[in-house]
Amino acid sequence: MKKYENFFFHAQLGIITCYNFIMPVFVKDSEKCVGCLICMFACSRAHQSAGLESSCIKVRSQGGISRGFSVFVCRGCEDPPCARACPEDALIVRKGGGVLLKEERCTGCGYCVKACILDAIGWKNEKNKPVICIQCGECAKSCHYKVLEFVRK
Amino acid sequence: MIKDDPLKRVLYIDLTKKRFWIEERPDLFTHYIGGCGVAIKLLDENCSPDTHPFSSDNPIVFAVGPLTGLFPIASKTVAMFKSPHTGNLGESHAGGRSAIAIRMAGYGAIVIKGRSERPCYISIHDNKVFFRDATTLWGLEESAGKIIRNREPGAGLRTIMRIGPAGERLISFACVTLETYRHFGRLGLGAIFGSKNLKAVLITGKRDLPVTDFKEYKNLYLDLIRQLSESEKMKKYHELGTPANVLPLSFSKGIPIKNLLDTELRGIENISGENFAQRYLARRVACAHCPVACVHLAALRKPYEDEAYFYRTVYLSYDYELIYALGSMLGITECEDVLKLIEIVEDMGVDAISTGVTLAWITEAFEKGIINEKQTEGIIPQWGKVDSYIELVRKIVYSEAEFFKDVAKGIDFVSSKYGGKDFALTYGKNEMPGYHTGLAAHLGYLFGARHSHLDSAGYAIDKEAMIKPVTAEQLVEKILNEEQWRQILSSLVICFFGREIYTPEIVLKCLKIAGFNLNEEEILRIGKKIYANKYSFKINSGFDIENLTLPKRVFETPSSNGLLDKDFSDRAITLLKENIKSLL
Ligand code: SF4
Ligand code: SF4
Ligand code: SF4
Repeated sequence: MKKYENFFFHAQLGIITCYNFIMPVFVKDSEKCVGCLICMFACSRAHQSAGLESSCIKVRSQGGISRGFSVFVCRGCEDPPCARACPEDALIVRKGGGVLLKEERCTGCGYCVKACILDAIGWKNEKNKPVICIQCGECAKSCHYKVLEFVRK
Repeated sequence: MIKDDPLKRVLYIDLTKKRFWIEERPDLFTHYIGGCGVAIKLLDENCSPDTHPFSSDNPIVFAVGPLTGLFPIASKTVAMFKSPHTGNLGESHAGGRSAIAIRMAGYGAIVIKGRSERPCYISIHDNKVFFRDATTLWGLEESAGKIIRNREPGAGLRTIMRIGPAGERLISFACVTLETYRHFGRLGLGAIFGSKNLKAVLITGKRDLPVTDFKEYKNLYLDLIRQLSESEKMKKYHELGTPANVLPLSFSKGIPIKNLLDTELRGIENISGENFAQRYLARRVACAHCPVACVHLAALRKPYEDEAYFYRTVYLSYDYELIYALGSMLGITECEDVLKLIEIVEDMGVDAISTGVTLAWITEAFEKGIINEKQTEGIIPQWGKVDSYIELVRKIVYSEAEFFKDVAKGIDFVSSKYGGKDFALTYGKNEMPGYHTGLAAHLGYLFGARHSHLDSAGYAIDKEAMIKPVTAEQLVEKILNEEQWRQILSSLVICFFGREIYTPEIVLKCLKIAGFNLNEEEILRIGKKIYANKYSFKINSGFDIENLTLPKRVFETPSSNGLLDKDFSDRAITLLKENIKSLL
């Protein structure tokens, strides 16, 4: 894991950024993504559901399957825009990166979803509430192609 | 079925009136599970025996199963319709995103009826159905998909099924293409879309599904995923994909060559799965909810002839059947040539197997003087010569000449009219798949309810027979048992590549989680019933079970099991007929 300690290659955005905060899951190499959606289903299960709605991961084709896929996962920002955007303070900044959802405070306005430019927040229609990454790494563990990597500091 | 499972919802769409409605049919799914079990019932309910395939009354039925969206690799959609190619049951399976999309939109099945006055496409987003004008998309080759993609939401999770010019022009073996690389191939669903003025269907949705016991669900899921990703049984599909079969089959003389005129093709190793992978493999992709990712995309770099240093790179999916039909069957031994043919077949939207076998018939008929340059409009078909084949494919789709209009109905039709029936490799009017491994394969094509090599996987039975000879009785029993079990797998819409993982025991466990309490005996009975339902539909719509024969050529060229024995074959055919009739 050493090589990721200070730098991280964001394959999907094609940039190298210095990072000094925790990123439990990151997209290591989206070129290898086969678009199987296994990670999305794993994320749902981590939220105690079967299906796709309770997943906060997004896998998208890059304009047709021949160009491959992009995967969008929460990078656990240290100063998360999603939490800042929430007018009800329903998103609590988590120690060590990312946010936690205080569901009883959430009114379902959807500002957090818009604030996350990685599009890494899901939405549960029935509850009209966001689905927020709990930094469990189940998606990365389930990806057979090692597109995602789970890093514990 | 669990009470609040959306599986029981059937979406009806009437293209004539531009109307849609939803009916709850728990009865159908409780008795017939889903997929092909439910589809044949819906086809039966919505299509009378005398319906003409191109009549607006011919419905298109899509169905998925209870495991779709719950368990991995339950990722196929079954399509049923009356086939314009055979005149009876049309059944075709495809993966891509389709099954997940239908399930996530909240349906177990979709029935499309009627005919739109103008070209249209349908866009299904959860509970809403939009009828969109597709006048501007009509006549477009592959860009229609691109345009729809850019206009509609749901990227990543949606399916886009569309037809090419072949479907619009009612070529009886036109296919429907999904997600650019998957197909409802055989039996002409594309032409049915065309006859309804339906250019495309887009489906998307996102939801959670109920399970009976979440903890058990999780354990079973993880176990299945582990097996599907790690098991030796999946390795072949996972690594080289089905083209891994090219070399072993050519070694055993099981891969058909030049319309089955030959048993050896010099240079066949050039079109092996290994060679394709080393030289052209660009990317691998998966159907939604499948970790195997057997879909292999090749990158073909093509120079512009009129301008230096300009290249076009096209991505084309290849697999064993394509290498057979557009390669060995035509005497083609270069990957690049196979890929060029795949490209034209994709652009036109025709079934690759039927196209290849038809081109092979044309070549032999031309060699034998049954047809000449007058019929082919000056094109000289020749084994191994890809350029003339490319031209021929275009002609089949676009030409107004009589001969090509006849070819566009398949080789059963064209050989009845011009002669050359003895070497027309067709089974109940459908062209031959890529296994000349022995009698079980051929009988499977002839008697399989959808005339597919996947009905009963006869090649696997032939493989056993290479080591241990079987009697006609045993052969027939194996074929029937396998096909009946496969009715269950295709009602659960489990991809057949995962069939060895989804044993009856596992299937029952998964079904329990989805709220179906069945035992092995019950499930086998359902499989048998579905098979019988299919056969009843076939026979009612004119399928002539009495006069089924194998193409003569099949007996003239040695297979992996040597020369086929006519008497043995006749005996097996009689037995199959008796057995099938006793089920009806
Ligand atoms: S959801 Fe988006 S904004 Fe919020 S912590 Fe994750 S990546 Fe950052
Ligand atoms: S599990 Fe891996 S390969 Fe599959 S869609 Fe997710 S990131 Fe891509
Ligand atoms: S094994 Fe291949 S065809 Fe079958 S579901 Fe997976 S990717 Fe699709």
